[in-house]
This record gives sequence, C-alpha cells and structure tokens, in this order.
Amino acid sequence: MTTRKLAVISAGLSQPSSTRLLADRLAEAAVERLKMQDIEVQVDVIELRDVAQDVTNNLLLGFPSPKLNAVIEKVTGADGLIAVTPIFTTSYSGLFKSFFDILDTQALVAMPVLLGATGGTERHSLALDYAMRPMFTYLHAVAVPTSVFAASADWGSGGAGVKALSDRIVRGASELAELVAASDRSGLVRDPFALDSSFSPVGGFGAQ
Amino acid sequence: MQFGIFTVGDVTTNPTTGRTPTEHERIKDILTIAQKVEEVGLDVFATGEHHNPPFIPSSPTTLLGYIAARTERIILSTSTTLITTSDPVKIAEDFATLQHISDGRVDVMMGRGNTGPVYPWFGKDIRQGIPLALENYNLLRRLWREEFVDWEGQFRTPLQGFQSTPRPLDDIPPFVWHGSIRSPEIAEQAAYYGDGFFANNIFWPKEHYMQLIRLYRQRFEHYGHGTADQAIVGLGGQAFMRKNSQDAVNEFRPYFDNAPVYGHGPSLEDFTAQTPLTVGSPQQVIDRYASMREYFGDYQRQLFLVDHAGLPLSTVLEQLDILGGEVVPALRKEFATNRPAHVPDAPTHASLLAQRAASDAAHADASHVASAESNDLTPETAQAGN
Repeated sequence: MTTRKLAVISAGLSQPSSTRLLADRLAEAAVERLKMQDIEVQVDVIELRDVAQDVTNNLLLGFPSPKLNAVIEKVTGADGLIAVTPIFTTSYSGLFKSFFDILDTQALVAMPVLLGATGGTERHSLALDYAMRPMFTYLHAVAVPTSVFAASADWGSGGAGVKALSDRIVRGASELAELVAASDRSGLVRDPFALDSSFSPVGGFGAQ
Repeated sequence: MQFGIFTVGDVTTNPTTGRTPTEHERIKDILTIAQKVEEVGLDVFATGEHHNPPFIPSSPTTLLGYIAARTERIILSTSTTLITTSDPVKIAEDFATLQHISDGRVDVMMGRGNTGPVYPWFGKDIRQGIPLALENYNLLRRLWREEFVDWEGQFRTPLQGFQSTPRPLDDIPPFVWHGSIRSPEIAEQAAYYGDGFFANNIFWPKEHYMQLIRLYRQRFEHYGHGTADQAIVGLGGQAFMRKNSQDAVNEFRPYFDNAPVYGHGPSLEDFTAQTPLTVGSPQQVIDRYASMREYFGDYQRQLFLVDHAGLPLSTVLEQLDILGGEVVPALRKEFATNRPAHVPDAPTHASLLAQRAASDAAHADASHVASAESNDLTPETAQAGN
C-alpha cells in the first residue's frame, strides 16, 4: 500500500475554532478520497496557535525553535497541504502570514495545496482568491482551483443558490487528492547546500 | 588554539541606566577593550565593519593601527571585512600597511555585511552579493601575491600592470578567514583556497553551523589542502559570567531582554538553550565551550562577543578579566587534551614565514639532489638526454 503525507494548517485562534473544524473536514474528505485509491495517508494537523510565540521569535531571530522546526519540517516535507485561516480585516490572519513568512521561499515549490478560510459572513469569501491564492502562487505552490470558504451560516443551511458546504469540501478535497496521489515530495532528499552548476569559487564571468 | 574577542562595534543604550554612550566614548572604549585583550592573555582582537549608525567601526584599519601601536602580542583581525562593497585594491593596501605597522600581527576575515543598503551606498547591487565576494576576493589574492597585476572582471575597472603598495610584509599575505552565517558558496570558496572558515555561531543554533563546517571540511579535503580535520575552523561565542551563576543571570537579563538582535523575543533561558550563549559561572562557560570540539571537531580559533547590548565598559573589562584569568586557561588545557598531532594551529605570519623557509630549503635540497643525479648519468643516457 502506498502512503502519502498530508499536512493540515489551521490558523484559528479560539478553542474550539470553526477554522479547525473546516480544516478537519477538508482533511477527512481528502483522506477518504485517497483511501479509495488504496493510498494510506499520514495526517499531521498543526494549530499555529501552539507555535505562535515561536513564530514571532523566528521573525525576530531568523531561526526556528526546535518545536517550530519540527512543525516546519512536517509542512515542507509533506505531499500535500491543507491551509485554513480565519479572514481578519479583509485578509488572512497575521499569524497565518507570519508562518509562511518564515519558510524558505523555495520550501513549498510544487506543493499541492487546498485553500480554506472562515469568516463571519460570506462577504469575505473573495479573500481566498485575491489574498491567499497569490501568496501560494508566489511560493510556486500548486493551489487547486476550488477553495473552500465557510461563513457562520454555512454550518447551518448555507446561503441561497450556493452549493452546500459539504459539496464544496468534497470537490476541493478531490482536486487535492489527485495531486497528492501523484506527489513524491515526501520521499525527496534535499541538499540544503547544493550549488548552481555554474558556480565557480573564483568568481565567474571572465575575471582573470 | 587561539582565543580572543570580536566586537560588532554597536553603540547601544544601557537599558539599566537609559544612557547611550557617544560615538567618541564608544570608539575609545573599544580601544581600551582591545588593549585589555592583550593584558589578560588572550590572543586575538577582531572588529566588525559597518557604515551606518548605531555602529562605529567604518574604518577598521585605523582602529587596528592604533591598537597595533599599543600592543605587542595580540593578532589584529576583522569580523568581518566587507569584500563585497569595498574595493579589493584598497583592502589589499590597507591590510598590507597594517602588517608592516604591526610586524605581521594581522589576519582578515572576509564577509558580506549585515545590511542591504550598504550595497547601493557603495554603488553595488545586493543581488550580486555572492559573485562580488568571489570575484573581489580572487583579485585581492592576486594583488597580494603578484607584483604586477593585469586584471579584468565584472565589477571593477580593469587593471593593467597594477602594483598594490606596500607589498605584504616579507611577501607573505595576511592569512584569510571567510565568515558566513548561511551561505554554502562561501564555505566552498574558503575550502577552494585552503583559507580558514569562521562560523558566527552566536545568533543561530550550533546544529546549523555544524552542517556548514562539515561541508567546509569535506571540501577542504576535496581540494587537496589536507584532511578534513586539518581544515582551519574558527567559531564565535557569547558568554556572561559572574562567580555565582544566578548573579550572572540577574545582571545580564535586562541587557539580553533589550538587546538589538534578540531582545523582546525569546526568553534568556530559551535562547541560552538554543544557541551557544552561556550565562552563568565561569565553570559553566568552560564546560559549554569545552564541548564545542565534540560538535565541530578540533578547531583553531574561538572568539567571544563580550562588548554589546549596552554593557558598560567596566563590566566588559571585568568579563575579560574572568575570560583571561579563569576561562581561557582552562579551555586551553581542555582543547590540548587528546588533540591529534596532525591538526594544525591557525596560520600566523611567523608560521607562514617558517613554512616558506622550510619549503625553500626543501626545494634547494631537491634541486641539489637532482643535479647530483644528473652527474650520475651514464654516457649513454646522457647522450639520450641530449
């Protein structure tokens, strides 16, 4: 049986939080999809709240604490990522952004990502596409087309003319599962000291 | 094994009094500190180079020239010299001059600086940081080693028949270290030339520097300068000491909590656990730093940061008394124990001079043997040789 690693980030601050609830639902749906393809999934759920101070310290110092480092390795070494944030003041939360700010800019290249967000009303849902998606594009991650926004009302009947939250979750999770099934990221060995093939210790470009 | 201190040269408000020294005071304090380094029996004083407040050492060889005149024994060095934005011609000449003034008590540590704007201030592009470091250093080496240099590169006006002056003392260029916090390119460069490699080792966990130094050692061997354990490694370090451990913690905490680099971040306890900063009794510092060779292998130079975070001069001088009186003698003993004979000391002017004399002598012997052999040639082979 094949195995894949799935990292799930929740930037929810309250306990319990609807952000974590959405993250769990997305993860369950993805795992189910992958099981249907006979793929076993190791899921690591990360509550950024648990490392909030470590994230701030990393911003100040430039290096992660051992606890935060373990989290970073789980995220960057996964085959797929589910990233869910509350929407605060028109965008992802500061904690969510800070976590991605401390990652190496190459760390998420080609990472399949499913985006999720929560907010008080569905009026905030476009933040997924104008704020969150560009960030992952910058990092060269592969964000699946469907992103899932859950407003408070979605946990009940949902809005008129909108597919039920559970349908959107299944759609996003299916898109992610397909990419995770094909990913070999978790098996890759990374050389942090690899040099460009053009590198010359005496300097390049005809200096002589 | 060499022990010493390196200063960043920051002007920082003392958080316990709210008083900020003037630039004049800080410069004079650094000169006093450097003389104290010799007085307490340490081996090296190194200064940083910065071109923006709150730092004062924009002209390192001026500082070091004064210190050279006021000391007799210590090695004067840098931490670091900006090989990216300074003209290699000026570096070659400044440090050759300093060699003559100090009778050879000079080495240099190359680095790339800690602030982005320094590049445009000197007409350079930060995106070219590594290529600048590689090309400029290559030129610097040639200026010290070749009498007349024809040179053309990417970053500087070409040179035709240029002679940098004065020539290095005894035609022996200063030994060079390369300092780096994270760049494998610089470890590779140091290994390529067989130069020393210095890991800052104060702001990040030692595990990070262990990887970088392992890389440098492997590449040093790859380039044929000796075995990996013969590579020339230097480490930074940081300590604050009082007789009683708790007194050290209590006294240092306000400085730590407000320090420019790590202040207002992690607790003193977390930071001392995660990095080589050690705050406690002299014995705790001895134990912590004696263990460094287990992680990095036997190494050649240990520099401590002692004058920072707004610590007053009197406190810094007390720290140097403890370092020189208690800590370094114990560390010298520790590091000498079971140190393999084939692990070299850091090169000095005297050792490089002796090495050249030995190699000249060996060369003379070899040519003597060769001419003796040619006399032994049989007429046939001599003819064949013709």
